[in-house]
Amino acid sequence: MSSSVSDTEPGRPIIEIVGMHKWFGAFHVLKDIHLTVARGERIVICGPSGSGKSTLIRCINRLEVHQRGRITVDGIELTDDLKNIDEIRREVGIVFQQFNLFPHLSILDNCLLAMTHVRKMARPQAEETAMALLERVRIPEQAHKYPGQLSGGQQQRAAIARALCMSPRIMLFDEPTSALDPEMIREVLDVMVGLAEEGMTMLVVTHEMGFARTVANRMIFMDEGEIIEEAPPQTFFENPQNERTRAFLSQILSH
Amino acid sequence: MMSAGQRAYPPGQHPDLPPPAGTVGPLAWARANLLSTPFNIALTLAALGFLLWAIPPLVDWAILSADFAVHDSSRACTGAGACWAVVSNQPEQYLWGFYPADSLWRPALVALYLLGVVYVTLARRVPFRRKLLWGVAAFPFLAAWLLHGGLGLDIVSTRQWGGFLLTLVVGVTGIIASLPFGILLALGRRSELPLIRALSTGFIETIRGIPLIIFLFFASVMLPLFFPEGVSFDKLVRVLIVVVMFSGAYMAEVIRGGLQAVPRGQFEAASALGLGYWQAMGLIVLPQALRIAIPGIVNNFIALFKDTSLVAIIGLFDLLGTAQLILRNENWIAAPEEAYVFVALLFWIPCFLMSRYSLSLERRLDAAPRAVKRAPAE
Ligand SMILES: Nc1ncnc2c1ncn2[C@@H]1O[C@H](COP(=O)(O)OP(=O)(O)OP(=O)(O)O)[C@@H](O)[C@H]1O
Ligand SMILES: [Mg+2]
Repeated sequence: MSSSVSDTEPGRPIIEIVGMHKWFGAFHVLKDIHLTVARGERIVICGPSGSGKSTLIRCINRLEVHQRGRITVDGIELTDDLKNIDEIRREVGIVFQQFNLFPHLSILDNCLLAMTHVRKMARPQAEETAMALLERVRIPEQAHKYPGQLSGGQQQRAAIARALCMSPRIMLFDEPTSALDPEMIREVLDVMVGLAEEGMTMLVVTHEMGFARTVANRMIFMDEGEIIEEAPPQTFFENPQNERTRAFLSQILSH
Repeated sequence: MMSAGQRAYPPGQHPDLPPPAGTVGPLAWARANLLSTPFNIALTLAALGFLLWAIPPLVDWAILSADFAVHDSSRACTGAGACWAVVSNQPEQYLWGFYPADSLWRPALVALYLLGVVYVTLARRVPFRRKLLWGVAAFPFLAAWLLHGGLGLDIVSTRQWGGFLLTLVVGVTGIIASLPFGILLALGRRSELPLIRALSTGFIETIRGIPLIIFLFFASVMLPLFFPEGVSFDKLVRVLIVVVMFSGAYMAEVIRGGLQAVPRGQFEAASALGLGYWQAMGLIVLPQALRIAIPGIVNNFIALFKDTSLVAIIGLFDLLGTAQLILRNENWIAAPEEAYVFVALLFWIPCFLMSRYSLSLERRLDAAPRAVKRAPAE
């Protein structure tokens, strides 16, 4: 299912953000963002609360609309053109902090929904795909239960499977483990590490620094709507350049 | 003898014991619920006293000393109790007004059809449901054709429709049409398009601020003035349009409440998967919103059903209008209580059924596994 090994030139970036700004009303939430992501790259974004991390990754699949600058995903520029948005949504999967599973549908139906209604796949074929992915996140036995019957970790893994059903080329994760009890964080991170090993392009907002060290190619630190620092994990953790990054890291690594 | 701190059973061996005597059973229930405090005892006694005072005379009047015989005037009644001849002499008037007797099979068929529709939409497991839903969708059209005629059936003018039949036509039309109309209005009010939002909000707030009866007068008296001479359209149709618009506005607000209770993330997750606006709404948001709104929706249905009696004021002979018509006859002028009690009963039955259904539906949805908030991890 990971079709992320490119069928276009490997050199071309899969995400290109140039001079992007966003406002919520008068509030300037993202300021002059420049970010280029190569195919198969894994980027971890961190920063204090309210710094605009969620807003940034939500702009990439147009859950939020930017007002200035340019965002291009896999060669498609994000504009008001609905056709482009539809295409982007098929390319990009997202996993939310609060899982956002559909509580009135079984786990299997959660996974089938987009395949049958957006991709118009036949049900047996869709079911096969869904079961394979539930297998992969290690909850096939939960397929016929409802989200409310699962533990938080299981729900988040189901949400990952649901996103993967659309065979996205890019996966966005917005603090996927911060609503979880500590003993469930591991099982979700394991699934994400597996995805990374298969070469999925990933943008992950997380404060799980252990995960960041092992998985990320690049760390991004944001504060007050700006990208303050951008570096490989090694440099980022051992030799941060910016004062604010140092303050943030010392805070987050102290416990 | 056991001293303090000594255990009756070794750890882990404690069996389930029955609760102490006097804490379960009807006597214990009465003690806990009716007689727990002096104030509670006083309330219980007052309530009992009221029931003893009110019920026996009522039963006596309505049943024991009542005259159920068919007379052609209430003056012919004997006995101290109710004179049900005001009903039993002309039950058809209450049920279908002046609908011609040789066409009565048509409303009867529609009534059966309606029961089928109710069953198919509300029952839990229905064989061939998908196919039967076409029958549900066709109901408004087939029912209108059967009741009114045309295309091979004798035309029965809506002026001949009356009594419970007319009440049901207005109530059921309002109920069927106000739900989709209310959904559209509620979505419109939450739309991101300013024009649609303004129109929906304006419509809802206009309707909610003016009594239904004024719209009914408007429909019956003023609307015809806007049409050129000779063009008129059926008074009942005008009334139906008013009722649907009116109840749609109220429905919209109840549904909007349900929509607000569905977390934003649900719509976002659906959009992120590539579902369009109508798919995300229809498959994800509305099913959850409507479930939350069920008590309010049914409440609106019940209010609407009773509000249909206002059409009596503009001269339609629904259940209430029929009773008033009968009571204008000097033979029956002396028996208004009986007529109104009967009409009240006919209103009460469907309302009570709707209310019970709503309760059982809520209980059923609460019991469904999907309503479980969060199960402990295994
Ligand atoms: N829809 C919105 N309307 C107005 N302001 C918003 C909206 N969403 C977010 N904000 C504001 O934008 C800023 C950035 O929000 P964002 O959610 O991107 O931060 P974050 O870095 O993800 O923070 P956290 O770590 O708390 O999730 C915050 O100040 C937030 O209050
Ligand atoms: Mg966030």
